[in-house]
Amino acid sequence: MNALHNPAHRAWLILLIATGITWYLGEVGAAGTGAIVAMLAIAFVKGRLVILDFMELRGAPLMWRLLLEGWLILVGSLILLAYWMSLK
Amino acid sequence: MSAFRPSSFCLFHDLDSAVQSPPNFAFHSYCKSSYRAAGLAIIRRMTTLDASLPAPPADKRLPGDLAIWVFILAEMLAFAVFFAAYAFARAHDPALFNEYQQTLDRNAGALNTLLLVTGSWFVVRAVQAAHRDAGPAVARNILLGFLCGGGFLVVKVFEYAAKFGAGISLSTNTFYMFYISLTFFHFMHVILGMVILVVLWLQARKGAYTSANAHGLESGAAYWHMVDLLWIILFPLVYVMR
Repeated sequence: MNALHNPAHRAWLILLIATGITWYLGEVGAAGTGAIVAMLAIAFVKGRLVILDFMELRGAPLMWRLLLEGWLILVGSLILLAYWMSLK
Repeated sequence: MSAFRPSSFCLFHDLDSAVQSPPNFAFHSYCKSSYRAAGLAIIRRMTTLDASLPAPPADKRLPGDLAIWVFILAEMLAFAVFFAAYAFARAHDPALFNEYQQTLDRNAGALNTLLLVTGSWFVVRAVQAAHRDAGPAVARNILLGFLCGGGFLVVKVFEYAAKFGAGISLSTNTFYMFYISLTFFHFMHVILGMVILVVLWLQARKGAYTSANAHGLESGAAYWHMVDLLWIILFPLVYVMR
């Protein structure tokens, strides 16, 4: 359990599990608004772990955290908007 | 970032003194003094008297070089446009995208996610090893990260071979045009990331990265993590979301 004190190890474990969940959603043929929101939420959590614990920006100047995390939010929002348009 | 700190320190210092001046002089003296402060900051940098200024707090630090982060942001912006182009093109014809998405190998896509995530994990461990001066572990972890990248390329080549073997090309339909171009653009970035890892590995074997200087390693590592970050969006978007 000591290994989980290292944020990188924790992030890696969560990333593996999250990838498994996305794969499973694909296997069961999850589709529609709920599935899209769930997959985007998982991608956001994963992307944030990479930014904060792999790129090690948790302790970086605020501007750089905002730029990288803002990119995640921007990309996620554009995808959500486009999928919402396709459902209409 | 430390380059900007001395001047911002001076500006805040002068802002304080401007607030304390009589109101009619405040704005004028603020403008004058801020120019003077900027000039002084430049002179301080030129004469390397920075050490006399308060050091930036150790916990607010951007890993690696500023230049690599500017480059990473430019790359991420290009991919953001590409991702949005895919999503909005799909909105015009969801039936076509949903139909042909089913022909993709989701297992290969998920396996590749695991490979890149694990490759990133090895490289962050290399950076951590450099910070605690654990010499051999730095090179070893970079090599393991490189092997994960190699695994990604092998899986992708098999995936492409199956698609091209079935006669699918860029001109087959809009979905395949996006699938091939988007994943191939990313594929090239994996290759560039692996070239960077080779350079880092050669340097690490010479003991170049220590707690005193891991800048080069941190810069290369940041690029490798970006390749991972991009795939984390690309995989659900192109392979799974419908």
